[in-house]
Amino acid sequence: MSTLAIDKSGPRRKVKYGSMSRDRTWALRWSYFFLALFAIFALVPPIYMIITSLKSSAEISAATNPWWVFHPTLSNYIELLTSNQFLRFFWNSAMVSVVVVTITMLISVPAAFALSRMRFWGSATLATGVFLTYLIPDSLLFLPLFKMFARLSEWTGISLINHWYVLLLLYPTLTVPFATWIMIGYFASIPKELDEAAIIDGASWFQTLTRIFIPVALPGLIAATIFAFTVSWAQFLYPLVFTTSTDQLVMPVGIITSLIKGDVFNWGQIMTGALLGAAPPLIIYAFLMDYYIAGLTAGATKG
Amino acid sequence: MAEVNLRKVVKRYDDVEAVRGIDLDIADHEFVVLVGPSGCGKSTTLRMIAGLEDITDGDIMIGGDVVNDVPPKDRDIAMVFQNYALYPHMTVAENMSFGLRLKHYPRAEIKSRVTEAARMLDITDLIDRKPKQLSGGQRQRVAMGRAIVRNPKVFLFDEPLSNLDAKLRVQMRIEIKKVHQKVRTTTVYVTHDQVEAMTLADRVVVMNKGRIEQIGTPNELYHKPATRFVAGFIGSPAMNFMPCRLEDVAGRLNIRVADRLSFPLPPARAARYRNVPRAEKLLIGIRPEHLTEPRAPEPGIETFESVLDVTEPMGMETLVYFTLEGTQVCGRVSPGAGATDGAPMRLAVDLNNMHLLNEGSGVVL
Repeated sequence: MSTLAIDKSGPRRKVKYGSMSRDRTWALRWSYFFLALFAIFALVPPIYMIITSLKSSAEISAATNPWWVFHPTLSNYIELLTSNQFLRFFWNSAMVSVVVVTITMLISVPAAFALSRMRFWGSATLATGVFLTYLIPDSLLFLPLFKMFARLSEWTGISLINHWYVLLLLYPTLTVPFATWIMIGYFASIPKELDEAAIIDGASWFQTLTRIFIPVALPGLIAATIFAFTVSWAQFLYPLVFTTSTDQLVMPVGIITSLIKGDVFNWGQIMTGALLGAAPPLIIYAFLMDYYIAGLTAGATKG
Repeated sequence: MAEVNLRKVVKRYDDVEAVRGIDLDIADHEFVVLVGPSGCGKSTTLRMIAGLEDITDGDIMIGGDVVNDVPPKDRDIAMVFQNYALYPHMTVAENMSFGLRLKHYPRAEIKSRVTEAARMLDITDLIDRKPKQLSGGQRQRVAMGRAIVRNPKVFLFDEPLSNLDAKLRVQMRIEIKKVHQKVRTTTVYVTHDQVEAMTLADRVVVMNKGRIEQIGTPNELYHKPATRFVAGFIGSPAMNFMPCRLEDVAGRLNIRVADRLSFPLPPARAARYRNVPRAEKLLIGIRPEHLTEPRAPEPGIETFESVLDVTEPMGMETLVYFTLEGTQVCGRVSPGAGATDGAPMRLAVDLNNMHLLNEGSGVVL
């Protein structure tokens, strides 16, 4: 009887369970905290660049609060955008990036299609090999490559070094393997029956690629394009080594070599140049962001 | 439209022989179903007819022409896949017309064919949708539409209903049959589901381990199976097999199933089995519907006592399971027969419909 009485007094729990929604709220608060922390960490440098780019050289070297612009000026922007030299760098960069992206996609899309779909002897090994070449850093490659082009010039008289178009041969060594690897992953996620259906419908391999695979793997294609563009736009080591004349330079190297004169750093213009240089990738990301994310989350092809 | 002929077709992957010399003649307009357990070589055979797999040896003919080295697109076939394989970026109409557009058919012709196929399959309202916006059944209709608009010599179906739920599968089965009645295109259909095979086929080809076990109409396979494999594979619940032996008792032929269970054979059966060596190891095969509660006495129907292990009421009938000499046996009794778990029950066996098999070779005698 006594035990019954105890039971009737209701449940007594020593452990207190939090409600689901309270747990979720805390999880969200922590997520926002770390996201905010990361955002500050990532955004402070560009903000500092914007602030500095709006200052005159005198104000930059003055001992005032570096986080505030007292006499805002657009002179840095006007000077750069009216300087033929800077426009030349920009043009070279744009030219190199666009052509490199084109070359990369023209090589890596058919390569990935062949490696993922046309099962031939050694195709799997070759696919791994393609990826391994990407793992070799450019800091290891630039010397042998330089030697190679120097030798080519000795033997044939074709001098590529110190011309912007040498970069068209160099950058794909970085972009093609990775883009191919991304595309292999995409194409592999397309069900086998899809190309079999296309083949039975009467499509050739090429038609299967252009009319089925490329449209279906478009998010991956865009991801690979963005990647190739970013790599060629931001590449620093190869142009530094292979091009020296001012009219052959691309922007990252051009800004450094033309705006740092001896030990004089023209900070205002360096910051402005860097900001202007960051604009094209930023614009491209903004437009293709949705595709890019869809691309990274992959495999969304199964109808 | 055309007939399809397979002559000693072999498919070997490295060491494994997936298809071991198949001979098959499919007549014009015929609906043939290849059925068998997974790994029996049925899909490989279909894919060889499609041209998606090379043939190791033998010949495949479509419409009288050997097509061994003809690429799939020139074989004039259409295929429907298990996972539909619709092009996800195209609308229903574009999916259906893709093949015609590749062959540069005139626009008006394409439009009329697509409209006609869509009407036949009842997907006219879906014509501008993308596959993502369709249900499984609708997708499979589109896949069939894609095959129909091409008006090919042969339709090939590779387990087209396996991804659908049970109810939809029955519905689509009827749909496929209706389509075949309308277009009359020679059809080869692969499935592992023997019910699908029985319901759809003009003729069923039962395959096992890369060989053809038996070819016949659904009724032939059901009532006159040639081997133990076919007898056990066709029909659900499956046929019961029990060890048995033949005995001569007072000038009559008896079949002994257990120490205390021996039945005289009906005259027709006795005549058929008279010359079977008595020492032979034999199996008796009885379908569950030939093990019932005792009904009107007829020659060849014998009764015996059993104790039921389990009963399964199905509504229109009750499946009863009991053990005989260590073998589980299934019978089908009417729901009113009073079958109860664990209770004894008198059952009747119809020996007019029994099968006698050689245990070693599995051949039906």
